Amino acid sequence: MRELPAEEVVELVSRLYLDANFNLPEDVIASLEAALAREQSPLGREVLEILLANAETASREHLPLCQDTGMAVFFAEMGSGLTLTGATLEEVVNLGVADARRRGPLRASVVADPCFERKNTKDNTPAVLHTDLVPGDGLRLTVLPKGGGSENMGRLAMLKPSDGLEGLIEFAVETVELGGANACPPIFLGVGVGGTMDRAATLAKRALLRPAGKGSCDQRLADLEARILDRVNGLGIGPAGLGGSETCLGVAIEDYPCHIASLPVAVNIQCNSARRASGTL
Amino acid sequence: MTVTLTPPLTAADTSSLAAGDRVLLEGTIYTARDAAHGRLVELIEGGGELPLDLEGQILYYTGPTPASPGRATGSAGPTTSMRMDRYTPAILSLGVRVLIGKGRRGGNVAEALRQHGAVYLAAVGGAGALLGGHIVEAEPVAYAELGPEAIYRLRVRSFPAIVAMDAHGGDVYRDGPARYRRP
Repeated sequence: MRELPAEEVVELVSRLYLDANFNLPEDVIASLEAALAREQSPLGREVLEILLANAETASREHLPLCQDTGMAVFFAEMGSGLTLTGATLEEVVNLGVADARRRGPLRASVVADPCFERKNTKDNTPAVLHTDLVPGDGLRLTVLPKGGGSENMGRLAMLKPSDGLEGLIEFAVETVELGGANACPPIFLGVGVGGTMDRAATLAKRALLRPAGKGSCDQRLADLEARILDRVNGLGIGPAGLGGSETCLGVAIEDYPCHIASLPVAVNIQCNSARRASGTL
Repeated sequence: MTVTLTPPLTAADTSSLAAGDRVLLEGTIYTARDAAHGRLVELIEGGGELPLDLEGQILYYTGPTPASPGRATGSAGPTTSMRMDRYTPAILSLGVRVLIGKGRRGGNVAEALRQHGAVYLAAVGGAGALLGGHIVEAEPVAYAELGPEAIYRLRVRSFPAIVAMDAHGGDVYRDGPARYRRP
């Protein structure tokens, strides 16, 4: 059994959270640049130029790309041969998030007691942690700081199997039609299909980890992604929602077996500041 | 066309603006987002005394990150405006002339803008690092306990925005996408 001191994980969590907030991934920058070359609207091109300049400024001056530095969503792959000493994985993730908030400085965007007091927790914790136990004795962490504006525009539907692909496509397109302009377009769509209600939602979030514009390994899903992308970009919402050809820069679908009665579909929208970072110990 | 707006503003200053106009803001503006709107509107409806006078002023829907060394604030881009829709008619009744945020508005916002000769400006969502650079001073003036949701008085220099909705029914969020929508 490999033992890993909690402090090492806290340091990694903090570093990843800061890195994600200051540095837009290169694939996302390339995707924005490609959109700039395609965009038909002059105002849309101007918005894309501003977003690219923003990414450069944030990285150069160590400023958060966006003032919404997100609720911290972490995906952990923890080897079954690994033990943390001194704290649980959940504890170290929260310590790391609080450390990043202080060092950034990042914004404290989390409130406790959501139904009643909605009191700011002041350190941006707790995080949302998804943990998979995997073979080996390593730890891989991926963080997705998720802004409230885009997260609020996501939707989930328990479709009927008879709704089929058409129903699935319509639901995804309708989700963007309803909320895309508010979610800081150009957006990325994560679509989770199958499993149960909770599994579909997690798959949709996980789909957002895929590099910008990379299609599914399953050619049938990749074709479905392309169909949804084409329909969404036909909406004309455009950069910042002010009109244009570039509304969405990538659709990623992740699937899972489901009940004979079900076709759960979750659509999670990611904003143009599609931040993420990964690291291993 | 680019117009410079320096508050305090009159209805004549803002009702002459048209959707699509470029605007540069100079001087003092105030931040207010979800929780601050809730508190202000509770006071308005209950006839309580407001913590600040907003006649002729500009409200920016934002919650900046804390200041980094050498800056007045950190990143400070717009948050989604539609969450403020239900409060907006009451806020505009205070004489607020300009609202800044991102995204489409619903509810009675268009009608309230028309009634008060006010405008709704769009700033670019996702450009918080650049927009924060236009803020040269920041000071909490109400509800400091709300942290990022407090009302801050900001002093801005050449803060860029675009008129998204004017006082005459013009709406870039409606008309822009319609132009690029494929049949």
